[in-house]
Amino acid sequence: MSEVLLHCDGVSKNFGGFTALDTVDIKVNKGERFGLIGPNGSGKTTLINCISGALRNDGGSIRFEGGDISKLPAYQRTRIGIARSFQIPKPFTSMTVIENLAIPLEYVAHRKSHHTSVAAEAREVRGEAMEILEQMKLVDKADEMSSGLTQIELRKLELARAMAAKPKLLISDEAMAGLSGSEIDEIIEILFMLNERGITIIMIEHIMRAVMRFSQRVVCLDAGKKIAEATPEDIVKDPNVERAYLGE
Amino acid sequence: MKYSFFWIGIAIAVVLAFATPHVITNEFYIRTAYTVLQFVVLATAWNILGGYAGYVNFGAAAFFAAGAYTSVFIYKLFPLFQVPEWMIFIMLPAGGIVAALLGLMTGALTLRLRGVYFSIATLALAIVLQTLVTNWHFVGGAKGASILPPRDVPLDFIFNGYADFLFVLMAFLAIAALVIARYIETSWIGRGLAAIRDNEDAAECMGVPTLKLKLFATTVSGFLFGVAGAPLPYFINYIEPVSGFSLIYAVNALAMPMIGGATTWIGPLLGATVLGTAQEVARVVISSEMNLLIVGVLLVFFVVAAPDGFVGLIRKYFGKGGRR
Repeated sequence: MSEVLLHCDGVSKNFGGFTALDTVDIKVNKGERFGLIGPNGSGKTTLINCISGALRNDGGSIRFEGGDISKLPAYQRTRIGIARSFQIPKPFTSMTVIENLAIPLEYVAHRKSHHTSVAAEAREVRGEAMEILEQMKLVDKADEMSSGLTQIELRKLELARAMAAKPKLLISDEAMAGLSGSEIDEIIEILFMLNERGITIIMIEHIMRAVMRFSQRVVCLDAGKKIAEATPEDIVKDPNVERAYLGE
Repeated sequence: MKYSFFWIGIAIAVVLAFATPHVITNEFYIRTAYTVLQFVVLATAWNILGGYAGYVNFGAAAFFAAGAYTSVFIYKLFPLFQVPEWMIFIMLPAGGIVAALLGLMTGALTLRLRGVYFSIATLALAIVLQTLVTNWHFVGGAKGASILPPRDVPLDFIFNGYADFLFVLMAFLAIAALVIARYIETSWIGRGLAAIRDNEDAAECMGVPTLKLKLFATTVSGFLFGVAGAPLPYFINYIEPVSGFSLIYAVNALAMPMIGGATTWIGPLLGATVLGTAQEVARVVISSEMNLLIVGVLLVFFVVAAPDGFVGLIRKYFGKGGRR
């Protein structure tokens, strides 16, 4: 079929004697909308941490666009095109919304640009940040302090900031937890829109309605193991998944 | 516009630095001014790590003393009265480099230690270093070392005495420290450090090379501490570990930026000027033990009532709310 963007090959992670991830194999194709589900403590966030570089995997390899990235520090993974949002929003609280976006713009997208003047660069960064905020419908908050945002605005800021790193792969870690129905729809709309622009998206979510609607393919983790991989329609019928969520 | 104001200010400061010893001939005032300027450098050095990156360093005295004892070491390499008068220009960068290396080491600690654990480690560093120096006889050990300034003043066509020379030297260090701090603050480095201060994990995931930036901050901070300490032996003429590693330096280096306003370059300048002067006045007018009390009381007051320091108060009441 299409090209593989991210390939987790037998990825393992131990914390002391506890196995958080046990030889997990995942392939995410370019342009795909990929869902990752599993009960609490099944290792979803650990897997994301290993992919984004916050943690190092103990076993197996993680390949991005064919190259092994297992040894790269997190900031370099962001620079080659992997961006993530955090489950619990982690805004830069001393900065305004637009300054939050300026960090990845400056450190990732504009790192190599050589402008004649500092002012010209600042203007360009601001322009691009505004563009992203417009997509996220966050434009009217651009110059507000990020510490004063509401929950949904914080979630949008997380996604906007990740977008400012100009990723090829966006990992959305429970961007919808705790939001209302209409707010969830709003976030899903945004993710669809980003995907249409060619960004591959991994969605981690407990809200099944969102995963079902959004994903083309879903992987279910349980106790650090991949127990199922199927289309959204099929995965809910999978006996292993039912067992993981509901018990025997 | 803001840019040029700063450089005009710097130019005025340079002129003032040269003019002051010719206008004020009482050596006491010159020495007092030296002490205040020394605190400007210390506060600025602390602020680069503590204010910009949010890593609170309790061990400022260790870096400062590292600079001072590097000078003592160099001094002791020569036979008595044989230290060339230009040696101070070697001691300065040497003290800076030794303290910078110490800073680099501390930076490596941030790999594993964050928040209060980092602060405790810096405190421990100060104690370890003090113990080492106390037991190192070459630099005087516990009984201390007498350091006599050279008979000839460097650049004696400008300066009347050694105190004048040291004053101008420290004024230049203070100016240089402020220029460096302001450059860091307004550049991409400062924005990266601010991101680290706000949330280190998020910063790393947004492409900020957190380790490199932290190492840069600890090294620059250490270097500035070191150069501030390097002229100290010549200034006080007698140094021993207890006074060299004195709590006064560590507390002031931390309190001055906090009271002035820790996220901008001007905060440490304000804090050090006001607090340093107040302490020197109190030392003469009230008692020599009063000065730390003043710092303590003011620090508690500011942390409770005005956590953003003078700069925060000024912004609040003279409302330029737009900037952070």
